[in-house]
Amino acid sequence: MAAILAILEQRDGALRKGAAELIAAARQLADADGGTVDAIVFGAGDVSGIDGLGGMGADRVLTATHADCAHYCPDAIVATVASVAGDYRAILTAATATGKDLAPRIAARIGAACGMDVTGLAMQGGAIRVTRPVYAGKAIQTLDLAGTPVIAVRPSAVAANPTGKAGVTQAVTVPSYTKRLTVSGVSTADQGAVDVAEARVVIAGGRGLGDPKHFALLEDLVAAFGGDAAVGASRAVVDAGWIGHGHQVGQTGKTVAPELYFAIGVSGAIQHLAGMRTAGTIVAINRDKDAPIFKVADYGIVGDLFEVMPALTEAVKRARA
Amino acid sequence: MKIAVCIRRVPDTTAKIAIGPSGTAIDPAGVKFVLNPYDEYAVEAALALKDAAGTGETVAVAFGDDSVQETLRTTLAMGIDRAMHLQGTPSIDGLANARVIAGALKDGGFDMILFGKLAVDDYAQQTGPMVAELLDLPCATAVTSLSVDGGTAKVEREIEGGTEAASCALPAVFTCDKGLNNPRLPSLKGIMAAKKKPLDITPVTVGDAQASLVGLAMPPERPAGRIVGEGAAAVPALIEALTSEAKVL
Ligand SMILES: Cc1cc2nc3c(=O)[nH]c(=O)nc-3n(C[C@H](O)[C@H](O)[C@H](O)COP(=O)(O)OP(=O)(O)OC[C@H]3O[C@@H](n4cnc5c(N)ncnc54)[C@H](O)[C@@H]3O)c2cc1C
Ligand SMILES: Nc1ncnc2c1ncn2[C@@H]1O[C@H](COP(=O)(O)O)[C@@H](O)[C@H]1O
Repeated sequence: MAAILAILEQRDGALRKGAAELIAAARQLADADGGTVDAIVFGAGDVSGIDGLGGMGADRVLTATHADCAHYCPDAIVATVASVAGDYRAILTAATATGKDLAPRIAARIGAACGMDVTGLAMQGGAIRVTRPVYAGKAIQTLDLAGTPVIAVRPSAVAANPTGKAGVTQAVTVPSYTKRLTVSGVSTADQGAVDVAEARVVIAGGRGLGDPKHFALLEDLVAAFGGDAAVGASRAVVDAGWIGHGHQVGQTGKTVAPELYFAIGVSGAIQHLAGMRTAGTIVAINRDKDAPIFKVADYGIVGDLFEVMPALTEAVKRARA
Repeated sequence: MKIAVCIRRVPDTTAKIAIGPSGTAIDPAGVKFVLNPYDEYAVEAALALKDAAGTGETVAVAFGDDSVQETLRTTLAMGIDRAMHLQGTPSIDGLANARVIAGALKDGGFDMILFGKLAVDDYAQQTGPMVAELLDLPCATAVTSLSVDGGTAKVEREIEGGTEAASCALPAVFTCDKGLNNPRLPSLKGIMAAKKKPLDITPVTVGDAQASLVGLAMPPERPAGRIVGEGAAAVPALIEALTSEAKVL
């Protein structure tokens, strides 16, 4: 029987999104042989949202409470997870900035293999078989991981699969450890803004916008989509200082897999495609009918973005009203 | 300030990737190999930190076959003082490789060990934090800001929806992200000087691996899309497609 441990993230005392997807990925492995899923949450006190974890598919919810865990504290998490790792067949984190920071540290501490940015996972005999993009998504690698591997799973890899059951909550102790790194705080640039890597809809702009002030055209469309859309950008406009690097999509930016991706005045360079080619639906608006972005787009409009965008924003507002 | 920079030789990011006949590796024919782009940020950070400290040594380290010597020379041309070639065949298991690198750096007396955030070939994203763990050193990954004040380092890293600030004592390990700095290009003078800088070769062997490579495949093609029309007049057709075909509105 395979017990799987899923390490969840919290910020400011609230569970972060992506928990349901990570637990579903753990369930997928556990259910292969009637195993169980434990979800572990680290915090300085109560973490809101954990009562829903049973319904997401966690058999047990482990709460590790320590004053150092108000902010991300990798040393505390690694020490705690290492102390229980022997009970598990695999340890999962989300493939977020935090989860990817954590996974290799845990793997090295417990002497295990580590698979990052995994998009598919299954039990395969004595090992866990994972698939993951390599070469900026230009190829897909399949690995067999023996032992108790630590796997950082892309949120889009396995869809949430609620069970509606109630999980059991149990406290675990953070063992004594050496705090080598101190996270002093998190500054959120624009309060409430959805991160481009986590948005359902991404509206990305490129050099075709012509001027940083024209990002307003994209923000209007973001607003039309409501709370779960974000502005993305090509590297060309990030390097030009039109918008922060946090918005960059592509090989040297973020990898995104939203349900819907708009490329507005973006040519579709191979390094940009690396960051968004697994989006659900891709829409391109470009005045050059031969722009490479049209090769990956599901739907394209050839035309001047300054003419198309206002009409599109109005139409989306009407369609969603 | 004594700084090690671990570097990797990778296919140029614009290279077209084809799978070789083995089904487990790319076909290297016609592919140009370069210094991993994220390692450029690490090299630049090392050079700048040594300059700021006024004294010290920067050492580039690469584990791989003899081809990595060319990439090590690139870092010497950028200004790195000397190079270490760990000569051998890296494993598919990142931890096995990290053990080799950690072993080579363990007694080097480094104040800082720098890595790239990721290698643009294997996207393993693990070598740096694993080496830190194996050497029992503090570590921050994907830093976009790094400053040193006495024996303490302050860093920033981007996380979803914000920026995380952290600090730790030196010696420490950092992996470098875009935004940290603007890497310099090798100068002609640097290229000439690089030829005379020391490049030491140490044969190494990797230990047991717990990861094994099953195969490498091309990603599934996206189904062909279509142009729904031209200009603002095409908006209704797009909305219709997003509503009834893609069902995403
Ligand atoms: C190592 C490396 C890493 C890189 N990493 C990334 C990365 O992470 N992300 C990334 O995006 N790039 C990356 N790049 C850069 C990439 O190669 C391209 O240079 C970049 O993506 C181009 O940005 P763009 O599409 O905005 O600009 P351009 O290529 O200049 O395209 C602008 C587009 O806008 C269209 N346009 C212009 N005016 C209008 C208008 N009025 N209406 C409609 N369309 C219009 C044009 O037809 C054109 O297609 C990287 C490059 C390297 C070498
Ligand atoms: N073979 C290697 N030799 C030296 N450093 C390496 C090697 N492979 C990876 N690295 C370093 O580890 C970083 C992350 O690589 P990876 O873990 O493979 O994504 C790279 O940017 C390099 O700094």
